[in-house]
Amino acid sequence: MNEIWYQFKKNKIALFGLGMTVMFIIFAILAPLIAPYDPYEMSTSDSLAGPSLAHLMGTDQFGRDILSRIIYGTRISLQVGIISVGISLVLGTLIGLVAAYYGRWVDMVLSRFTDVLFSFPDILLALVIMAILGPSLTNLMIAIGIVYTPIFARIARGAVLSIKSSLYIDAAKSMGVSNRKIMWKHILPNSMAPLIVQVTLSFAFAILAEAALSFLGLGVSPDTPSWGIMLSEGKNWMETAWWIAVFPGIAITLAVFSFNVMGDGLRDALDPKLKNESS
Amino acid sequence: MATEELVKVKNLRKHFDVSNGLFRKKSIVKAVDGLDFTVYKGETLGIVGESGCGKSTTGRLLMQLLDKTEGTIEFDGEDMSAWSKKELNKRRKDFQMIFQDPYASLNPRMIVEEIIEEPMVAAGMDKQERKERVTKLLDDVGIPDDYRKRYPHEFSGGQRQRIGIARALALKPKFIVADEPVAALDVSIQAQIINLLVDLQEEYGFTYLFIAHDLSVVQYISDRVGVMYLGKMVEMSESDELYENPLHPYTQALLSSVPVPDVHHNTDRVLLEGEIPSPDNPPSGCPFHPRCPIAKEHCKETMPEFRERNKGHYVACHEV
Repeated sequence: MNEIWYQFKKNKIALFGLGMTVMFIIFAILAPLIAPYDPYEMSTSDSLAGPSLAHLMGTDQFGRDILSRIIYGTRISLQVGIISVGISLVLGTLIGLVAAYYGRWVDMVLSRFTDVLFSFPDILLALVIMAILGPSLTNLMIAIGIVYTPIFARIARGAVLSIKSSLYIDAAKSMGVSNRKIMWKHILPNSMAPLIVQVTLSFAFAILAEAALSFLGLGVSPDTPSWGIMLSEGKNWMETAWWIAVFPGIAITLAVFSFNVMGDGLRDALDPKLKNESS
Repeated sequence: MATEELVKVKNLRKHFDVSNGLFRKKSIVKAVDGLDFTVYKGETLGIVGESGCGKSTTGRLLMQLLDKTEGTIEFDGEDMSAWSKKELNKRRKDFQMIFQDPYASLNPRMIVEEIIEEPMVAAGMDKQERKERVTKLLDDVGIPDDYRKRYPHEFSGGQRQRIGIARALALKPKFIVADEPVAALDVSIQAQIINLLVDLQEEYGFTYLFIAHDLSVVQYISDRVGVMYLGKMVEMSESDELYENPLHPYTQALLSSVPVPDVHHNTDRVLLEGEIPSPDNPPSGCPFHPRCPIAKEHCKETMPEFRERNKGHYVACHEV
C-alpha cells in the first residue's frame, strides 16, 4: 500500500486529479453550507445577470445562481458516478469471473453476450435502454451501469484467466477447496488491481454520459441542478448569456479530466509494467 | 522394506490436444503414455527425467489435478476415478502436493496462517484445533511462530517452500507428491529443504513420490527410482542398484552427466546426440532409438516391453 502511494505521489498530474476529486467530494457533501444561494430559488429581477460579486458565475434565465447549481450538481454527478459504476463493477466482475473460471460453453455464451453489448455505441445503447425504462434518475443510473458492464466483464475475464493458471490455484484445488471459495478467496482479490483502475476511468465516463443524456432530455427532471441540464438550457442563451453554459461545461471538463488523470496515475502506480505499453 | 501397496498405476496415459485452428491437422501431445508402477507404503519413490518427459504431469494426474486419458490409478486399493467429486474432495486429505515454485504456489494476498490453515478449513476442522495445528506445523518446518501473520513476500524462497511443506502436511496425508521441491531454490538451501523432507517423513511416516531432474538429490532421498523418457518409464529399480548398475542406455547417459566432486576423476561420459524428440510426434518403436548408442534395426519398429531384468530391477530395452 505504501509503495503504491509512493509511486502515485511521483505523478504530479495524478496528484492534481486526486486533489480535485477530493474537492468535488467535499462540495457534494457540504453543498448546503458552501453554496451561496438556494439552487432552486428563482428571482425574476436577477435573471440573466452576468458574473458579478453577488453572483460569481452569474444567473440563468430564471435568476437562479449558477455557482450554487453547479455545487449542488456535484451531488448528482457523484451519485450517478458511484451508483452506475457500482452496477457495472458488480455485474461485469461477476460475468467475467464466472466466464473465465468455468470456461468452455459458459465462457462462450457470456463473452458473446458482452460482445453484443460492447458493439453498440455507448450513448446509443444508453438511449435505447432509457427509451425502454423511461426517463428518471434511477433509470439513468441503471442504463449507464449496463452500458459499462462489458468493459468490466472483459477486464475481469482477462485478469481471472491469468490468475486461474497460477500454482496457488492448483494448490487450493489439490487441498479440496470448493470452486466458490477459490473464486472468492484466491481469484477475486488477486484480480482487483485492473478493475480498480477501470472504476476511476469509468467514473469519468459515467459523469459524461449523465451530462449527455440529460442534455438530450432523457435524464433527470429539468429543474434538477444537473450539469448536463444546465448545459442544455444554457445553449439557448449562448449569444446573450454565455456564462449559463460555459461554467457547467468547465465543471464537467474538470471533473472528467480529474478522474481520468487519477485513474491513469493509479494504473501506473499499481502496475509499473503497463506504463510503457500504453503510452 | 514395506511391501504394502499405496498407489498403483496401470497403463496411465494423458494426451493433450494441442491442435489449433479449425482446419489444421490434429496434433496430440502424449505427455504420459502408458505408465505402470506401484508406490509402496512408507517408501520414497523418485522419478527422474528431462524436462518435458511427463514427470510433472504424472504427479498432477496422481493428485487428480488433471483428468487422465486412459488407465487406472488405485489409491489404497480404491480406483480414484470411481470417486464422485464430493468423495474426491473428502479424500484429498490423504494425498497432498508440494509444488516446485514456492514463489507461485502461495497466494500473495494471504498471510502464512491462512495459507497453512486452508486445507484444514476445507476439511472442516474447528478454529481452536486449526490454530494449534498451525503452531505445531510451523515448529515442524522451522518457521518462527511470530511470523504467522506475515505475507509470503516477506519470506525468502527457502522459507516459502517450508510454508508450502507445512501446508501439505496440515492434514497428515498418507501420500505426498513433491514436484521438484528444490529446483527453484539456491543450492545452499536445497540441502536444508531435502533434510527437512527426510526428517518429516520419519516423524509422520508418509510416502513420497519425489519428482526431480537432479539425480544426486533423488539418489539421496529415494528408496527406489524410476527413470522416465518421453512419457514412458524406461527403467526402475532400488536406488543403489540403479546408480551402481544402470541398464538402460538413457540411464547410463544421465548418470554419466552427474559431476563428481574430484579433480582427478575421469568419467567415461556417454554423450547423447540430438535433442529430445517432440512428444507430439514421437519416434516409432522405442522412443529412445534416435539417440541411443546401441540401437539396432528392430528398435525402430517395436516398443520394448517393461520387464524385470534382475530382481526388482525393471527396464524397457531390447538390447540389455
